[in-house]
Amino acid sequence: MEITGYIFLVILGTSIVTSIPRVVPLMLLSKMEIPEWGINWLKHVPVAVMAALLAQELLLSEQVFSIKENALNLAAAIPTFIVAIFTRSLLVTVLIGVLSLMVMRFFF
Amino acid sequence: MSQDSAEWKSSTFSEVKEGEGFWQGVRDCIPTLLGYLSIGFAAGVVEKTSGLSMIEVALMSLLLYAGSGQFIAAGMIAASHPVSAIIFTIFFVNSRHLLLSAALAPYFRHQTSRQNLITGALLTDETFGVAVTQAQKKKKLDFKWMLGLNLAAYLNWFVANMAGGFFGQWIPNPEKYGLDFALPAMFIGLLVLQILSKKKFFIDLVVALSAILIVVAISFIFPGSTGVIVATILASAIGMVIERWK
Repeated sequence: MEITGYIFLVILGTSIVTSIPRVVPLMLLSKMEIPEWGINWLKHVPVAVMAALLAQELLLSEQVFSIKENALNLAAAIPTFIVAIFTRSLLVTVLIGVLSLMVMRFFF
Repeated sequence: MSQDSAEWKSSTFSEVKEGEGFWQGVRDCIPTLLGYLSIGFAAGVVEKTSGLSMIEVALMSLLLYAGSGQFIAAGMIAASHPVSAIIFTIFFVNSRHLLLSAALAPYFRHQTSRQNLITGALLTDETFGVAVTQAQKKKKLDFKWMLGLNLAAYLNWFVANMAGGFFGQWIPNPEKYGLDFALPAMFIGLLVLQILSKKKFFIDLVVALSAILIVVAISFIFPGSTGVIVATILASAIGMVIERWK
């Protein structure tokens, strides 16, 4: 149970540079009048960022595009999407997703 | 479980104060817990094997509080990179929060700066996803509800990291149980919920597909985590332009 200076500096530094982009836009923009085009742009951020994060998880492997490396995950994504659309429940979606991949890893 | 799905569905005809208050926020966090439990566990294992002590694992999960950032930081610590290089890399990996934080701002206009400081400091991909889905139903978000959501996620993350640091050595192969799919599955769920909660999902589908294509295209040019940020900026702009046309 100890803290080394090197690791402490890393934790402190990375925490500071991580909290600034988390906090500053919310604090500033909530007090400012955002122009209409800005609002219209921000409206699309949620769908765009989730799709981008998903693409990074499902289509890239070690930051390189590969369908072959991700074949099982892509296959597991199909039942996961269907369950998400029909149940509209985040919890059921996550459970079915994990279960799908587990079953596929068992067979392939 | 059934209560949860009923809650998502009932959004259209709920006049009651649904989704308000601290405990409702905690409840709305439940669907994301399993996903982040497994990722946090993995993060704890990786940090421990990178040479962090338990107290350092605890500090990292509480202060840095970012899944991908913690994995990368642990990897770079193990490879003895200089402190400045690690800080610089983590800044880029986590700068996507700029966009998330900005996108939440219109819903928190009525809150004080101190409340927004707390909301922002605890912002993550998944609490953002849950919050914007909630925001589709209402014009503004409640600080207490957001605090409940954020604190539940925060505590869950801490517990998961500690468990990973502690038990990790006995579970050599967590992938066997498909747990690594919890994160993409959660992104799928959040994406689908976003799109279905709006009437005109044509534009959303175009935005989502553009974002996916841009991430893939950028991965050929420069590998790294710039892809997500550039894709979000461009795909949102595409959505804005299409909406103008129509």
